[in-house]
Amino acid sequence: MQETIPVDETTRKKTLWKVIGASSLGTLIEWYDFYIFGSLAIIISTKFFPPDNPTAAFLSTLATFAAGFVVRPFGALFFGRLGDIIGRKYTFMVTLLVMGLATCAIGLVPGYETIGFAAPIIVLVLRLLQGLALGGEYGGAATYVAEYSEPGKRGYRTSWIQTTATFGLFISLAVIMLTKNSMSAEAFDEWGWRLPFLISSVMVVVSYFIRRNMDESPLFKKAKSEGNTSANPLRESFGKKYNFKFVLLALFGATMGQGVIWYTGQFYALSFLQNVCKVDFDQTNYIIGAALLAGTGFFVFFGWLSDKVGRKPIMLAGMLLAILTYRPIFDRIYQLTDTGNKTELVDQYTSRQHVEMDGDTGDSLRVTTMERFYADGSVHTAVETETKAVGQSQFSAPIATGHIHVGSGAFASLVLLVFVLVLYVTMVYGPIAAFLVEMFPVRIRYTSMSLPYHIGNGIFGGLLPAVATYLVAKAQFTNSLEKPYLEGLWYPIIIAGVSFVIGLLYLRNKNQNVQ
Amino acid sequence: MNTIKRILGVVWIALGVAAGYYLIVSQAIPQFSSGRSEDLVPAIIYTFILMPIITGGLCIFGWYALQGEYDEVA
Repeated sequence: MQETIPVDETTRKKTLWKVIGASSLGTLIEWYDFYIFGSLAIIISTKFFPPDNPTAAFLSTLATFAAGFVVRPFGALFFGRLGDIIGRKYTFMVTLLVMGLATCAIGLVPGYETIGFAAPIIVLVLRLLQGLALGGEYGGAATYVAEYSEPGKRGYRTSWIQTTATFGLFISLAVIMLTKNSMSAEAFDEWGWRLPFLISSVMVVVSYFIRRNMDESPLFKKAKSEGNTSANPLRESFGKKYNFKFVLLALFGATMGQGVIWYTGQFYALSFLQNVCKVDFDQTNYIIGAALLAGTGFFVFFGWLSDKVGRKPIMLAGMLLAILTYRPIFDRIYQLTDTGNKTELVDQYTSRQHVEMDGDTGDSLRVTTMERFYADGSVHTAVETETKAVGQSQFSAPIATGHIHVGSGAFASLVLLVFVLVLYVTMVYGPIAAFLVEMFPVRIRYTSMSLPYHIGNGIFGGLLPAVATYLVAKAQFTNSLEKPYLEGLWYPIIIAGVSFVIGLLYLRNKNQNVQ
Repeated sequence: MNTIKRILGVVWIALGVAAGYYLIVSQAIPQFSSGRSEDLVPAIIYTFILMPIITGGLCIFGWYALQGEYDEVA
């Protein structure tokens, strides 16, 4: 059926880029807000969730899991319903404000030392609000842009929304690094970490005023004027077999696989470099940042390409490539950072030791720092810390930590490998907004597309770091495998494999109309 | 193709049941019984969020596939 949009062509073309810009900017800010909590998780835990207190540790786990997994789909349902009843524009303005206020408030909450248990409880509530807002934002922005777009260009137009999740992560890392590098470590630890949260308020105000001047989506306006909006989108989406079967198909045939590939490419790669390969913290952020920056444009490319060749082949190709190459790529990343594969410059080895005394307890702390240099420019730093309590004659067994700062050649190779992982992300994620929008009718679109998206990404994707870490730890404990560090990849490989088969067999081959 | 889609419905139902068994027996129950507070949240999530979504979702999806609900989709 040929669709008709109830605004004249000139007006639509004139406002289209404004619509994309306003929607993308707001969604970008929401992702930024969501990521800075995760990126600053370690420092936040020391301020609000003291590890020696079991209740605070419980609240910390709840903040991590609940906001990432549980609350996002609920946000999708709550705001999706609102968006299908009162309109897309007003709903995603509310999500923007909720996210902005929650983020800004996190930056203002006094620490555990000042207000006690009220601090972790307030932060937990604010984190839950962030998850709720994110659950409502994405579906609104994607629907809004898609309903403005002309047929045949919907993949390209909505792909700008798709860049925001990656770009939001990049900006959050950049703002944190800039803040960190502009002050002393003590100042950042004391108050500087609050700045990235407070900066968000400025961005939210700007985005709010831009969005406020936008019109409601033309397709929604048309549906509303004709009395075709749904009175109960939740019941219609999930209570009617005809719609519910598509919700399930979207989840198992697309967003489930897309979610694990996205999390593997962006978050597990970061965690793998830092925790498994022990690459220097700052260098890891530079590697991920460079790969994200190089890859972001491909969201738009694959969105555009999906208008030409269809959404399904591109998304399934991304899944298949990921399934086939994840293990070789991650193995190569590991080998590039393994000092066992490098030639040590033995004569440059240095070792320093110093002993300091704790002014309060009188305990002694002996720190030994050993640096090994390698022919490719890599430097491995190992630190051994021993303590001796007052009255004891010997130091305790050393606690060893270490990290590697890779040479320029290995650094470039790592950026390239992470870029390939990001490329897979762009293949599955670039066309998905248009794909989901086209699957559901206007009257229940916001609700129906938001839920599978946030279950696929929030639950299947969000679970990835925990499951992958568990699988690696289990393999290392049993010590029966040659490469236990790759075991975590079975989770995304199996989930993406199931999603690939379901998608291949059950999804439509042709793009659909949004009417 | 429609026959394959329908037959595979049984596979999705079986996969849903197997995933549910794994989540409850291998993951949730050991974590509920560990006594550590940090295990409680994942155990609750496995039991009340993940298991219903994966098992319930895949079983319903498989049932619909078996009934031929997806025959006309592709």
